[in-house]
Parts: sequence; C-alpha cells; structure tokens
Amino acid sequence: MAIITVKDITMIFGGLAALTSVDFSLDRGELVGLIGPNGAGKTTIFNVLTGVYMPTSGTIEYQPNEDSPPRNIIGLKPHAISKIGIARTFQNIRLFKNLTVLDNIRIAIHQNVNYGIPSAFFRLPSFYKEEEEILKKTKEILEIFGLDMKKDELARNLPYGEQRKLEIARALATNPKLLLLDEPAAGMNPHETAALTELINWIWKEFDLSILLIEHDMSLVMKICQRIIVLNYGMVIAEGTPEEIRNDPKVIEAYLGGDTLHA
Amino acid sequence: MKLSKNALISTKSNKKLINFLVIIAVYGIVQLLIFLGILGDYYQVTLAMICINIILAVSLNLVTGFTGQFSLGHAGFMAIGAYTCAIITKRYDSPLAFIIGIFAAAILAAIVGVLVGIPTLRLKGDYLAIATLGLAEIIRILILNFDSFTGGARGLGSIPQYTNWTWLYIFTISTIIVIKNFINSSHGRACISIREDEIASESVGINLTRYKVLAFVIGAFFAGIAGALYSSYFYYIKPGLFDFMKSIDILVIVVLGGMGSLTGSILASILLAIISTYLQSFAELRMIIYAILLLLIMIFRPQGLMGTKEFSLSKIFNKKQAPHENSAS
Amino acid sequence: MAEFIQQLINGLSLGSIYALIALGYTMVYGIIKLINFAHGDIYMIGAYVGYICIKYLNLGFFPALIISMITCSLLGIIIEKIAYKPLRNATRIAALITAIAVSLFLEYTTMFIAGATVRTYPQILGNITFKPMEGVIVNIQQIFIFAVTIVLMTVLQFIVHKTKVGKAMRAVSSDKDAAQLMGINTDKVISYTFAIGSALAGAAGILVGIYYNTINPLMGMLPGLKAFVAAVFGGIGIIPGALIGGITIGVIETMVSGYGSSLYKDAVAFAILILVLLIKPSGLLGKNTREKV
Repeated sequence: MAIITVKDITMIFGGLAALTSVDFSLDRGELVGLIGPNGAGKTTIFNVLTGVYMPTSGTIEYQPNEDSPPRNIIGLKPHAISKIGIARTFQNIRLFKNLTVLDNIRIAIHQNVNYGIPSAFFRLPSFYKEEEEILKKTKEILEIFGLDMKKDELARNLPYGEQRKLEIARALATNPKLLLLDEPAAGMNPHETAALTELINWIWKEFDLSILLIEHDMSLVMKICQRIIVLNYGMVIAEGTPEEIRNDPKVIEAYLGGDTLHA
Repeated sequence: MKLSKNALISTKSNKKLINFLVIIAVYGIVQLLIFLGILGDYYQVTLAMICINIILAVSLNLVTGFTGQFSLGHAGFMAIGAYTCAIITKRYDSPLAFIIGIFAAAILAAIVGVLVGIPTLRLKGDYLAIATLGLAEIIRILILNFDSFTGGARGLGSIPQYTNWTWLYIFTISTIIVIKNFINSSHGRACISIREDEIASESVGINLTRYKVLAFVIGAFFAGIAGALYSSYFYYIKPGLFDFMKSIDILVIVVLGGMGSLTGSILASILLAIISTYLQSFAELRMIIYAILLLLIMIFRPQGLMGTKEFSLSKIFNKKQAPHENSAS
Repeated sequence: MAEFIQQLINGLSLGSIYALIALGYTMVYGIIKLINFAHGDIYMIGAYVGYICIKYLNLGFFPALIISMITCSLLGIIIEKIAYKPLRNATRIAALITAIAVSLFLEYTTMFIAGATVRTYPQILGNITFKPMEGVIVNIQQIFIFAVTIVLMTVLQFIVHKTKVGKAMRAVSSDKDAAQLMGINTDKVISYTFAIGSALAGAAGILVGIYYNTINPLMGMLPGLKAFVAAVFGGIGIIPGALIGGITIGVIETMVSGYGSSLYKDAVAFAILILVLLIKPSGLLGKNTREKV
C-alpha cells in the first residue's frame, strides 16, 4: 500500500536535532500535507527524502508499485532518487534561470534519453529521432501548464507565479511516482493560489501520483489534502484528516499558542 | 511563426549550406594565398596560433563556460598532447605516425583528464581552479623530470613537421563542430544545467560527477589535439611553454570571448592574435598594454565580447526570414 | 641528526617567508573571497623597494624594511581601489582575471623599468654565522627572518584581536552584509586589509632579498602560488592557519630538496595542496560548511 515509509529518521546538524525519530508513511495515490511552524523541519524532511542530506539514523523505504520489493533509499544520491521516481520542487524556486522554459523541461527529460555521446558528437540518426521525441514530450507538458506560448522565454523573465508552475512542470517531466512540493503557493495571491490548487488536484489525478505537500496556506492544504502530518521542533506531533487536525489542541498550541487555525 | 513546415526545413538546410560554403571558401582562400606566396611565414605562424588557440579555447569553454567548472590547468593537457605526438613522430617519422600521434595525444590527455577529474571535480569554484592549476604544474614538473623521454628542461627539438594549414583547419573546424553538436544535445544541456544550479540539476536526475568529468575529459581530449598540432608545427617544445601562464592565456581568451559562447571564443582567439601581432612593435611595453587591456575589459565588460550569445553567419544572410517567434505573447 | 636540524632551520626560514605572504592571501580571501593573484608581485615590489633603499639611498635594514612595508601597503590600497573595487559584484572569474591582469601589470612594469636581469641584493647584514651545535649553521639573515616574522605576527594578532579595526575586519569576514548593516564601513575595512596584507608581503620581499641574495621581476610568481597553497592548507581566511601552513610548506619543501630531489621541490607544494583539498577542503583549521537548500 505505502509508496514511502519513513521510519525513525533522526537528523542532527552540529549537535542540533533538526528531526527526531520521525515516522510517517504515504499510500500510493495519496495526497498528504506536511505542515508546521517555521523551522519545524519540513524542508529537512524533503532534503532527506531526496538524498540532499544523509540522515543521522533511520530508514526510508520506497515501493513505487506492488510488484517491486520495497527498497531503502538512504544513501542514494539525489540524481539516483530522481531516477527511481521521486521528484521535488524547492521552497526558494531553483529554476535554470538563464535558460529557456523549453530547456528547463528538456533537461528534466534527459534521464530518459538513450542516445549516446558519440551520437551527440556526430549527429547520428538516433540523435534526431530522440531529440524530436524530447521536444514532443516537452511541448505536451508545457501545454498542460499553459506555458507553451512562453517556451522560448528565459525562465528568469517569467512572472513569479509562472516560475512556480514551471518548477512543478519540470518535476513532472522526470516522470515521478511521488511528487514533493515545497510551498508551491508561497508568494501567490488568493486568486493564483486557487488556480494552483485546481492544478495540483488535476495533475494528481491525471498522472496517478502520490503527492507530499509542504504549505503554509491553510486554504490550499485543507481543501486538497486527504491527510495532514504536523511537524514541530523536528517531531511529528499530529496526523489525521484535515478536520481532525483543525481541532487538534496540540496543533493549535504549536501554531499560535492557543489561537485557532484559519481555514 | 508564420512559416510553413517546408519553409522551416528549407531555412534549416539553407543555413547548413551557407555554413558549409563559408567553411570551404575560407579554407580555399587561405590555401590560395599561401600558394601564391602572399601570406608570408610570419602571418602563417599567426594563423597557426589562431587555430591552436581556437581549439584550446573552445574546449576550455565547454568545461568552464558551459559546465561552470573553473579550470586553470588546460595547459597541462596540452603539454601531454604535445609531448605524446612529438615522441611518437620522432621515433616513427611518417604521415601515418603523425595521425596516430594526434589521436594518441588526445586519448592520453583524455585518460589523464579522467584520473585528474574524478577526484578534483568534487571541489567547487576557486578551490577547483587552484587544484587544477596545481595538477597542471605537477604534470609539467613530471615532464621536466622524465628527461630520458622528454629532454627535461632543454626540451625536445627537431620534431618532424607535419602540421600545415590543411591539418590545422580540419582539426579546428572538427573541434568546433563536435563541441557545438555536443552542447546542443541532451547531454550538453545536462552540462549547462550544472552551471546554472547544481542542486536543481541533481534533483531532476543529472549525475553531476558523470557530466562534470565528461566535460572535463572532452576538454582534455581536444587540448591534447591542440598540443599535438603545436609540437608538430613549431618542431620544438619545452616544459616552460605549458606553465600556468599558458593556462591563463587560454582562460583569458574564453572570458574575453564570453563564457558560454563558442563563437565568442573564436572571435577572441582571432582578436587577441591581431592585438598581439600589432603589439610586437612595442616590444617591452607589449605585456603592460596587454595587462591594461585585460583590466579595462574586465571592468567595463566582465561578461566578455559575446556574453552567452552566439554569432551566426546564416542569421546575417537570413535576416529577413527570421521573424521573432514570441511576437504574440 | 645535525643535518636534519640544519634542514629544519632552513625550512623554518623559508616557511616564515611563505607565512608572511600567505597572511595577505588569507586576509583578503577572508574578506572579499578573492584569490589576489597579484599578491606575489607585491612581495616582489617589496624586494625592489628594499633594494633601492639599501643600494641607492644607503639606508639600513630597518628603515628599508619600514619604507618597503609602507610602499607596499599603499600599493595594495591603490590596486584594490582601481582594479578590484569596480568588480565587487562581478563574477568570481572576472575578479580572478582582473587579479591576473594586475599581476602581469606589476611584473612587466617592473621589468620595463628595472630590466629583466637578475640583480644581486646588497649584503647589508654582513656575513655573520653562528654554530649552536656541531654541524649546524645559523646565519644572521635567518635570525633576522625569525625575529621580523615573530614581531610582525605579534603585531598582527594585536591588531586583529585588540583594536577596533581588527574587530571590524573579523566582522566583515564573518558576514559582510550584516557588518554593513551594523554600520561598519566595509570599504574602509577592505582597504585596511589590503594595506596590512601588502605590508607583510613587502616585509617578506626584503627578507627574501637578503636571504637569497638575488631578485628579479618574476620572482613573485612561484612563491606567491606556494603561499596561496599554504593559506589553503591552514584553512583559507584563518590567520593562524596561514602561519601553520606557511611553516609546514617551507619545511616539507626544504626536506624534499635536501633528502630527495630538488627538481621535485616545486611539485611537493602542489601535491600537498591537492591532498588537502581532497581530504579536508576547508583546510587544517577550517570548518566545514553546508550549502543551504
């Protein structure tokens, strides 16, 4: 059932525990929200999941489908993790800013390219054939995100909202089974956030993905997440449906020391 | 874009045809000038230096300009190439040995590139620059010490001279085409993405080590060719020719032309050769003027002549046919 | 044993000179993250200024030392203002090429004015030697090198740790933006850093002149690189690191040419550099940092 199972992950930075015995799992096809106050360790979890950080202890088991045996992904490099189907976006947008929208997506497709380096040097037939396929796939993805008209623009010249979208598009281009979104709605106005909520919901269903989503915007989280995990001081303090989380006293305490959450 | 698909294809093949014709024409004109004795020895030497510098700069640009890995050791690979080809052709003096020598030079430089690249490319920025500088100096000192093969500090003389305009031109054009093809392929884009953002690049599945080492090795391969051509053209080499000042000379061409612009590297190679020829008459002042020029260029145009843009012949010929694609958006 | 001690003493004198040059690299790198390639040439200029003072102005060692240090620190400030300041926000590579351009400019201007010939340094300290034990000779030049190095290091420690300028320097080096927000005039601090670093290089120049007896316009290139290696070895940006690095490189290099082959002595520094970079890139005393994702 579970696509990913995080077991007892602890991450210590120079004596400071960023994560302490974190346990949670995500079912195949589930859309789960990961929330918590600033500095709770949400992005650290993403970095551990994607191989950017090596946790101090614990295991992460990944099983993209029933037939394959679960495997521990700790110790894999980020590029290897991308290849087995885990893709992510970044809190502080990391696009290839000086490259075109088209190239941003094409680079993400690279891991599925089969033609070799001699073929690139001498433009052998396999080069033309596969480059055409890459272009076709890229255009399909850009169309989904409504970015096809801007394919030749440099990523840094896109408006902020579209940069966020492009980053999600780029993550999708790697053909993931599990998508990690780090604050996709950060810096967006309510109108843009609503559109993004729709979009996430749509790609989730269309691409048959499991999604783990870090987000501060509660309207988004409460609306689309099936389940929510709450983190505070590097520990999971609550887990449940949006309704349960909304009324959990521990969560309310963690956020505002007593204030209620705005949905 | 209002062009039909047919029109698009025809502009594409037009472009290829124009490039092809220009490449042949440049070769023919220069060959004719040499044949008629109009292009004297002095200018021929300058021409040879331009070709060799283009090979060096274009290959370093792949490493530093496109992949973003700051190397100050390119002259080390050139030295390996120069000595390999020189030793082979001195032993077996024949045109075939020269060709074998060139490829042996390139392959040996590439192998050393792998050995040097795998450990050092973990380093970043200035640290990588200094490590590559150090390794190139070690290569030079080793050559200096293996004097039974290399002639030590005295150098190697009377190397058979096979490099001529034809060979120089063939290898220069091949280098440019191969590296241009690479950059405009999926593998090349993987390299460029490393320059743009390593973490993002890794997150979309690019194996950083693999592509950094790959760029480095391709760079070393072509630097090896440049070294081989050099030794066979000037028939005398010594370790001092390949010290870190030579690496810096190559880097200066790349930065001056624009990091990430192949045509920039080509233009800068030609421009610097012309400046250097012109400055010959200033003798001692030459290096001072060169230093001041470099300083002024860095202060007023740090992105180089071309930035990351490319200059295209066919674009000039086809100006009317190339409306901008994004006029609608 | 006596030979070993002799080599050690020779190594320590060479190492002290490397350490003095390395300090300039490390301080400048600590503050503006620039490998100041021209630093080796400032040391060369220091040697030439000392030469002029002693040979043509008939000054003694200490006046020559002080004049050379002052000249070099002024030169350092001027170079920073003219060449590096306009590039404060440019790419690293542009800054590095600029530093190389400055280096070429200093080398070839000196060559233009003074000629490319190797000059013999006047023997101002005489030819006094001491024999602290059988088979070991310490000459007066070496004693001066140790004494000057120790005094300058002490003064530097005092400036960096006990004065307001030193505090500002440490602040800028740990976080330039934050220091600026706290009202520190970073431009001024950078000027001071160049001045102090260059003055130490100037002192090293004159010491090398009296120790090796010869100077030439390109003498700064190799010691400059090795001093940089020393700075990286100790942990770039860390002042005691430069001292340890300089001494270590000097001693190892002397040992290699004493017991091994002098042909390999230049390779040793680079081999050490590469080992350090691969094993502990932050250097002996450096701290590992992690990029924030």
